[in-house]
Amino acid sequence: MSQAPAAPEASAREVDFAVQGITCAACIGIIEGAVAALPGNASARLNYATRRLRVRWSDEAFEPARVAAALKPLGYVARPFEMGALEREEAEQMQFLLRCLAVAGFAAMNVMLLSVSVWAGEATTIDPATRDLFHWISALIALPAAAYAGRPFFFSAGRALRARSLNMDVPISLGVTVALTMSVVETARGAEHAYFDSALMLLFFLLLGRALDAAVRRKTRGVAANLASLRAISATLMRPGGGLMETPASALKAGDRIYVRAGDRLPADGRVALGTSVIDDSLITGETKGRAVAQGAQVYAGAINLSAVLEVEVSAAGSGTLLDEIERLLDNATAAKSRYVRLADRVSRYYAPVVHAAALLSALGWLVAGAGVHDAVIVAISVLIVTCPCAVALAVPAVQVVVAGALFRLGVLLNKGDAIERLAEVDTVVFDKTGTLTLPDPALEGPPADLLPVAARLALSSRHPLARALARHAAAQAPFPDVEETPSRGVSALVEGREARLGALDYCGVTEAGGFDEGLSRVGFRWGERTAVFRLRQALRPDAAAVVGELKRRGFAVEILSGDSARAVADVAQTLGVERWRAELKPADKVERLRELAQGGAKVLMVGDGLNDAPALAAAHVSISPASAADLAQNVADAVFMGDRLAPVAATIAASRKARAAMLQNLWIAAVYNFFALPLAASGHLTPIIAAAAMSGSSLLVTLNALRVRGAGDAKGAGLADAARPREFAPVETAA
Amino acid sequence: MTSLLFLIPAALCLGGAGLAAFLWALNSGQYEDLEGAALRVLDDGDIAPSRRRPPVDL
Repeated sequence: MSQAPAAPEASAREVDFAVQGITCAACIGIIEGAVAALPGNASARLNYATRRLRVRWSDEAFEPARVAAALKPLGYVARPFEMGALEREEAEQMQFLLRCLAVAGFAAMNVMLLSVSVWAGEATTIDPATRDLFHWISALIALPAAAYAGRPFFFSAGRALRARSLNMDVPISLGVTVALTMSVVETARGAEHAYFDSALMLLFFLLLGRALDAAVRRKTRGVAANLASLRAISATLMRPGGGLMETPASALKAGDRIYVRAGDRLPADGRVALGTSVIDDSLITGETKGRAVAQGAQVYAGAINLSAVLEVEVSAAGSGTLLDEIERLLDNATAAKSRYVRLADRVSRYYAPVVHAAALLSALGWLVAGAGVHDAVIVAISVLIVTCPCAVALAVPAVQVVVAGALFRLGVLLNKGDAIERLAEVDTVVFDKTGTLTLPDPALEGPPADLLPVAARLALSSRHPLARALARHAAAQAPFPDVEETPSRGVSALVEGREARLGALDYCGVTEAGGFDEGLSRVGFRWGERTAVFRLRQALRPDAAAVVGELKRRGFAVEILSGDSARAVADVAQTLGVERWRAELKPADKVERLRELAQGGAKVLMVGDGLNDAPALAAAHVSISPASAADLAQNVADAVFMGDRLAPVAATIAASRKARAAMLQNLWIAAVYNFFALPLAASGHLTPIIAAAAMSGSSLLVTLNALRVRGAGDAKGAGLADAARPREFAPVETAA
Repeated sequence: MTSLLFLIPAALCLGGAGLAAFLWALNSGQYEDLEGAALRVLDDGDIAPSRRRPPVDL
């Protein structure tokens, strides 16, 4: 890592790593401790939200290359990471919004303090000199604060106007500017009313909504960017003349032959030229069952070679790999979907012209009626202030926050705020099979109870996915000492004086009757003279059939799109009663099918978990993935559900429909409020205290209405939330 | 009314101090990882093992 970017001080340097394998709170201490223990006094800070480790050091003795080596035996994969331009821009935007929010909040509080004093004083008698002093102090706070905190709206409004269009920021900017200008002019004239508090309150509420929105988006982007670093960066090239050479993966060309050791990630797509092994494709297909490969088998970059050395002939490297293809598809899908127009934006298209026309008309009306220019302008401005979209701006986010809380209790986490609006429109539900309709880990069927503890403990020493499923039954035992692994066959050890073997059936010398059964895997076990066969089955989620039935009964079209074999998919489809299914699909095929459905007018909810589903999840109208899904899939999806059950999917749709209804009601409340407030302002009866009361009153009403969706989905999901939790919130085992 | 002469500056200074504290926290990166901050409190690795209290059975 000699290309480490230099930090501001020439002496201190820092490097970021994207870290895989972080599962719990204890990981923070373990990882940071491991880096601190390296020679060279480096300091490390793990960002848990983005799964990134920042290492900072100034001592020349520190070698950053050793960080990855130190973390590997602990079970973490760390790769040097450079933040992308887009992500850095969004991080800066978030900081900018928070700074504006803080300034607006500070100014609004202090100006309100002065305004309330003036209003209270008016009821009795306030000395005009004191009132003017309070107004001038308010101006002193409000003007610089608004100039600073209003920039997000001013810039956006400016861009819209230059493009000759109107967005929500145009009436906001205009309202704030004219309110402040009028207030200064009126203060200079020693008039009774000033609107500094209204302008600042408005900015504060609007910035709050923006900041929450940006925070959600930024987190999504962060983990997606870690994908780039997953690509293996170095490869072992076999030179034609013989001998091995370490080379960057980006330097590989099609036709090269590479040497992949057990435990290494494949640096490129290719075909196996020599050797047999088991490949963990879970990153690419979501399939947790290892795939046995032999000469001629196709393997993809990003997969892990589990059991034995392979020689692979490269067919695509760098920009041609499957991983790269998935990333490209993802970018396209994300760009295409940003065209969705949110409810609030649709409203604002009509909102701005109506408000501006109303202000203009009331000014003209007063002029025609014989009023002076000053009075007419004051009326026009008070119309703009009172119609400023406070309630409109809160109508949708307030419901989003409340329904996000209700869904959280059901075990569903929302990644994107507007997911609710899109979920409410869904009429077709598309499922992936592996890991989505089926459980992510294979279930053990009827194990011989007395042999299981020994077998599970032995399984701890193997890297094979099936062994890992068995090893979960090992409780907190330590692995046996001196375990020998025979690549692609199994593991053996001496237990209480007798040899124990775990692995392929013939390796353990056991046989079992029974034909080929898709989805069932067998692991043999021998301990001295005793033998057993453990059967691991890819089981359906316990309520999969009930949920699919319920969805069909409620009129949703249900479809399965899977990358798995036709035989396996047909089996599941028949069990669940799904007529429409497709098998052996590549990531691009899934996206293509979703596009077909969308062209037919369907609003599709995609439910999937693998990295291969990620582009489809991004391309679908809206998407959900289980919490066991690949990091990327989870972060592309609009929502994530926890637990072994599928019921949260149906409950989320139901809750979203309620929430959308509440959003529409809220928009109507805002409209009715304007309907009453507007004549008041147009007739010249608006005072600052009425403006403040009306603004907070309508905001309160909108918020209270939003609270009604708090119980959305609870009736159905009361028992479900309990069932969803134990698995995900189980106490964490610490490796102390 | 003379009380206003120090009450208003006092109110502004208190608010300003809060604002300054927030901006300092923001610039020093304390809002970068809210999830991690919530978990770090559970880590008692900084307490010497002898001073740790034994777990309580509930």
